Amino acid sequence: MATFLETIGTSTVDQIDYVGGLSIQLWNSLRAVGASLPFFGSRHRWRASVSQMLQIGVSALPMVGLMALCSGFILALQGASELRRFGAMQFVVDLVAVGFTRELGPLLTAIAVSGRSGSAFAAEIGTMKVTEEIDALRVMAFEPIEFVLAPKYLAAMIMVHCLSIVSNVSGIFAGGVFMFFSTHLSPTLYVHYVLNSIQLRDVIAGLIKSLAFATIIVHVGCLEGFRVQGGPDAVGRSTTSAVVKSTFLVIVADVFFTAIFYFMGMH
Amino acid sequence: MAIISVQDLVVEYDGRRVLDGLRLDIQEGETMVLLGGSGSGKSTLLRQVLGLERPLSGSIVLKGVDITRCSPAELNRVRRSMGVAFQSAALFNSFSIKENVALALREHTELAPSIIDLVVWMKLGVVGLAKFGHLHPQELSGGMKKRAAVARALALDPEILVLDEPSAGLDPIVAAELDELILLLKRAFHMTVIVVTHDLPSAFRVADRIAMLHNGAFLAIGTKDEIRNSDHPRVRQFLDRVPGDMTKAPAVASSFEHYLRGGEINL
Repeated sequence: MATFLETIGTSTVDQIDYVGGLSIQLWNSLRAVGASLPFFGSRHRWRASVSQMLQIGVSALPMVGLMALCSGFILALQGASELRRFGAMQFVVDLVAVGFTRELGPLLTAIAVSGRSGSAFAAEIGTMKVTEEIDALRVMAFEPIEFVLAPKYLAAMIMVHCLSIVSNVSGIFAGGVFMFFSTHLSPTLYVHYVLNSIQLRDVIAGLIKSLAFATIIVHVGCLEGFRVQGGPDAVGRSTTSAVVKSTFLVIVADVFFTAIFYFMGMH
Repeated sequence: MAIISVQDLVVEYDGRRVLDGLRLDIQEGETMVLLGGSGSGKSTLLRQVLGLERPLSGSIVLKGVDITRCSPAELNRVRRSMGVAFQSAALFNSFSIKENVALALREHTELAPSIIDLVVWMKLGVVGLAKFGHLHPQELSGGMKKRAAVARALALDPEILVLDEPSAGLDPIVAAELDELILLLKRAFHMTVIVVTHDLPSAFRVADRIAMLHNGAFLAIGTKDEIRNSDHPRVRQFLDRVPGDMTKAPAVASSFEHYLRGGEINL
């Protein structure tokens, strides 16, 4: 019984410690991210941010685009198989357009970025920790949060939004292809229906989610890296942990935001 | 007045005392070697002097600032007057050697890029790497990496140069070259140098004074001759390379006897 309680207590303390670590890191990064901005901040940090944007965003473009195309096609197919029975094929357009803008676009993007970049952040920072590069930064009077994390955070905040938009467009495009071949709906009419079904609040809801997902991915990935202790095996564990935790937290955050938007009437 | 003053320093990890009431004054312009075996507390003391960890009690005053109690801004100001070459070199792998040396100059000074290039070339020249600035750390040998780390440590013309195990992992010739480099730097730049090592020839070559650590406490602090002529049993054992009890047959035999009597093996 004592062991059981001990396990629960230790686990609870660990979770609180982790959430505390994330919160402190988020606060410090919000204070440091200004240094990565163009014109106001350091041009070296901005350059690092641009380099991160290429890695997080541009390199992920084909993967995110293809994932969204396939998912859009699957959603249209599954939707059509049910809606056809009720003679409501036109609602496939709404399903794909609204589903992607509010939900699937940001979520698919976050999962892709978490797998690609979240693990890379943990591996990069973990390796820097093991090879004493983080200590070297500190003794050279640099703040690791400002030097290493802030450019990644700025880049992710910008690029996850861009990738979400690409994901939305790709998914909706796939729905259009399906509708063209299954119901001979013309592309012009499809675009017209899509624009009618999407509202500005759907786009805003998607973008707010993207911002939250980017924050989770960067901070979980970086915290896992900063907490590496030991050798290369610890770096390996941190990358796995970064992907698992960030994907889990992204889905939890998605539930949270979707519920908030639902009760606020943004649906 | 001492440029570095360590007073009653106590450090504990998980209740285990690692440094026990250390007192040490390092005068401006002297080369102090921290000598000791593995696990003696050398690296822990170094991390404390660099402000990378906070002690349980005691103080470390660097250039009049108590770094155990000062603000992060004050600590960074003090750090800018220190240059540190880590045992693993800790060069930033994503930067070339030239960029590694230029980093502190670029971030902490207002020097024009052309002047920074000139300073970098001079610093690399001092350590004999002027022709290798374009290479990345992974393209250098162990000795070259250590010299590059020294060049980076020299970038801001520090008043205090800290070298952690400069000869570790190097062949005797390269290690001797590094010793000569340390002596040259001291002559040329009149710096206070702290060298952490367990390499006796290197320690006696470069030191003005030697502080010998064992089990987290200083056994002896004195000039090279004072240490060489010390009659402290543990100092003599270290200098004369006398093996400890661990490898002696009775110690091994008593462990086996303990095991055969049904005793537990405590690893």
